[in-house]
Amino acid sequence: MTRRSPPPPRALHPGAWWLWALGLATAASRTTNPWLLLLVLAVAGHVVTARRSDAPWARSFVVFLKLGLVVIAIRVVAQSLFGTATPGTVLVDLPEVGLPAWAAGVSLGGPITDTALAAALVDGLRLATMLACIGAANALANPKRLLATVPAALYEVGVAVVVALSFAPSMVTSVQRIRAARRLRGRPDRGLRSILTVAMPVLEDALERSLALAAAMDSRGYGRRATVPVRTRRLTTTLTLLGLGGTLVGLYGLLDGTGPAALGLPTLLLGIVVAAASLRSAGAGVTRTRYRPDPWIGSEWLTAAAGVTAAAGTIATSLTAPGALDPAPWPLLAVPLPPAATVGILLALLPAWLTPPPVMVTAARRQPRRRPDRTVEPPATSVSPSSEVAA
Amino acid sequence: MIELDGVGVTYHGAATPALSGVDLRIEEGELCLVVGRTGSGKSTLLRTINGLVPHFTGGTLHGRVTVDGRDTADHPPRELADVVGVVGQDPRAGFVTDVVEEELAYGMESLGLAPEVMRRRVEETLDLLGLADLRARPLDTLSGGERQRVAIGSVLTTHPRVLVLDEPTSALDPPAAEEVLATLHRLVHDLGLTVLLAEHRLERVVPFADRIVYLPGGGAAIEVGSPAEVMATSPIAPPIVELGRLAGWSPLPLTIRDARRRAAGLRRDLADLPTPTRAVVPVTDAPPVLRTARLAISYGRTVALRGVDVAVAAGEVVAVMGRNGAGKSTLLRAWTGLLAPDRGLVTVAGHDPVRLSPAELVRHVALVPQEPGDLLYAETVAAECDAADRDAGLPSGSCAALLEGLVPGLDPDRHPRDLSEGQRLALVLAIQLISDPPVVLLDEPTRGLDYTAKRRLVALLRRLAAEGRAVVLATHDVELVAAVASRTVVLADGEVVVDGPTSEVVVGSPAFAPQIAKVVAPLPWLTVDEVSASLEVAS
Repeated sequence: MTRRSPPPPRALHPGAWWLWALGLATAASRTTNPWLLLLVLAVAGHVVTARRSDAPWARSFVVFLKLGLVVIAIRVVAQSLFGTATPGTVLVDLPEVGLPAWAAGVSLGGPITDTALAAALVDGLRLATMLACIGAANALANPKRLLATVPAALYEVGVAVVVALSFAPSMVTSVQRIRAARRLRGRPDRGLRSILTVAMPVLEDALERSLALAAAMDSRGYGRRATVPVRTRRLTTTLTLLGLGGTLVGLYGLLDGTGPAALGLPTLLLGIVVAAASLRSAGAGVTRTRYRPDPWIGSEWLTAAAGVTAAAGTIATSLTAPGALDPAPWPLLAVPLPPAATVGILLALLPAWLTPPPVMVTAARRQPRRRPDRTVEPPATSVSPSSEVAA
Repeated sequence: MIELDGVGVTYHGAATPALSGVDLRIEEGELCLVVGRTGSGKSTLLRTINGLVPHFTGGTLHGRVTVDGRDTADHPPRELADVVGVVGQDPRAGFVTDVVEEELAYGMESLGLAPEVMRRRVEETLDLLGLADLRARPLDTLSGGERQRVAIGSVLTTHPRVLVLDEPTSALDPPAAEEVLATLHRLVHDLGLTVLLAEHRLERVVPFADRIVYLPGGGAAIEVGSPAEVMATSPIAPPIVELGRLAGWSPLPLTIRDARRRAAGLRRDLADLPTPTRAVVPVTDAPPVLRTARLAISYGRTVALRGVDVAVAAGEVVAVMGRNGAGKSTLLRAWTGLLAPDRGLVTVAGHDPVRLSPAELVRHVALVPQEPGDLLYAETVAAECDAADRDAGLPSGSCAALLEGLVPGLDPDRHPRDLSEGQRLALVLAIQLISDPPVVLLDEPTRGLDYTAKRRLVALLRRLAAEGRAVVLATHDVELVAAVASRTVVLADGEVVVDGPTSEVVVGSPAFAPQIAKVVAPLPWLTVDEVSASLEVAS
């Protein structure tokens, strides 16, 4: 074999995509450099298009992009209305509303300068980019497989979330069914009142369904447990609290970047280790096993590493050339492109080529349309089956 | 395998026990059928087997239930999961995961089996139930029969000794029901599994049963025996058993083959008699009350109807049949304006139903949906009737009077949810008929109805047609179609495949022929009533 054949389609471990996306999001969170932010967006978008499946959640990326646009719009509007005056060329001069003395420091209206607008745009863009990274993870990773990878101790929480997820669509159908029923009874099926009156039947419906599901799960062995000694339970609780606290403080330190360095990565790592130990200890009471867990092999390492590289590049730049991460955003062409951060983010593109292609579920099953759509023909003037029946 | 000793169940707040004095022994490898009217305690009996009653439902259990030596009193359902597998009527309600393969593995994961064992058993079960092609499919894309087989497979992977099924074929079309029953037959015969099964559609399951448990309900003692013994006296019986009783055959035939071999003489007698006359609508020039022309409807990318032409005249009873998902419900919903057509034309009494306001709609068309309970909001039957009177602007008591005509003696203070399926159906019909619409549509009306309730429904539908209403039923129930429909439309893949008189359409079809038609074919008798009427006229 002289040439490596492409890997067979396979869904990557959802954790790998989340690490990758969180790495990109970390990179975006630490900069207001518009070029870097746009680069992160482009990288995330490209990998999503290349590696998403055709499952329903794979379409969520666009939703997150739209949400990002809304965030940018809100940020800009807020800046224009409430922002304090900054030096720069005045673009529009809004009439300023005088506010009472207790609201000193807040101004309503006033001149809008190009620098203020650009800063607002870039700040909105940063939030939007981070949202897009989360959206990318959502689109690439099967949420249910992700929940299946939670440690045994969190298994029951995972099941609850899975059940809740599958309840949302069935709630929608049940609302539709009951609103349809209102129409059949000759009552208005539109308007606020009709929505309120369907609430009760819909709730009853959901309650009945959850009882049926609970009965089925109980019959299938859900909730079998081994007995756990009290000391183990106490140890578990202590470890959980310590671990969660450490992780939170560490995450804050890492994302904030202004605190002491010890508050960042070291605390985070320590917190994660303690949390892992607590989960392990809590898992002792669970007799459950897992069917075909997602493997964590080469492609998963590569994907996670690509995300870490993006974050590392930005962090490296923040140490060597912090100015390049927060440049004056205007004029755009004068904004520098720091090499370490750029290369790091570009490396996050690699999963688009180096991971196995996604598994397509519905493509093979989709039926070809049997008839091409034609223009509407006028309906037949009379159809009379009754004579046929009588004959 | 299963032993019940003096078992009685009383739910909290119930005045009378749901089940009392049941003594039953079910041996290994038996397929035992539980029959009885609605409300006779069938589901309660089934749920005692794995301890759902009383551990999950509450209530008091008297006596003792043991399964494979384990007493359900001190084993909750989850501790019996490796011995008893339970499959409910609607498998969707019990699915925990979203993909076939994971659903099959779920029970084993809960039991903590080793990964290699799980992998092997999933593969074995996929082969055993013919699900190998579906392994990666999302559960909500499966057809009804496939879904039921996945539900059976998902409990089989834990290698239970007992399988308990509550109405596994009620919601299925005839071919899918046969698919599921053939699977069960194979499990009993090849694996020696013990199966306990409750079903209303006796015509489907009686041939497969080794023993029948008849629950008379109301505290009377249960009857247990071979199918022929129990069927000889049971007030609920499939059509061929009734034919056997009519013709005086002993022992009673339980399969089409038995009946056909016995019926040679009957066929000779019938051949000389005039063929039964079915209610036929007089030829009129009046335009049809219900009409669709080139109707096409799709849900997103799925095409539900593609170019359907159907017309129904006043006084006709038309049955719409076809597989699950063939477009039957869509057609009915289009006639009530719940769905707007993509292309083509829909009219109800000359109106476009989409444009009718709800208040106008009810004067033209009544639809009883698959879940009749959706139409009921009030706390009591009486309140429901009053609301209907108010909606229609009629004097108080009109709806109650109409209801009394449909089901006499219904307690007006009962909660609609506590009614039996048949009573609820009647209540919904009464509410819908109060505005005197010329069109009555029913979606799957016999789901959950026992034979008595079904007979009442048939009489009611005939009366509605005789009053000059157009009646359309979407149904899988071939016996109902044979009894009441003057015309049958078969849909497949969103298109009309056959549209013609019921006797012609169903006699030739292996899937849609009622039992009597299969016995006397090629003669055009479809029901026991028709046969008995013809014989009476002759003698």
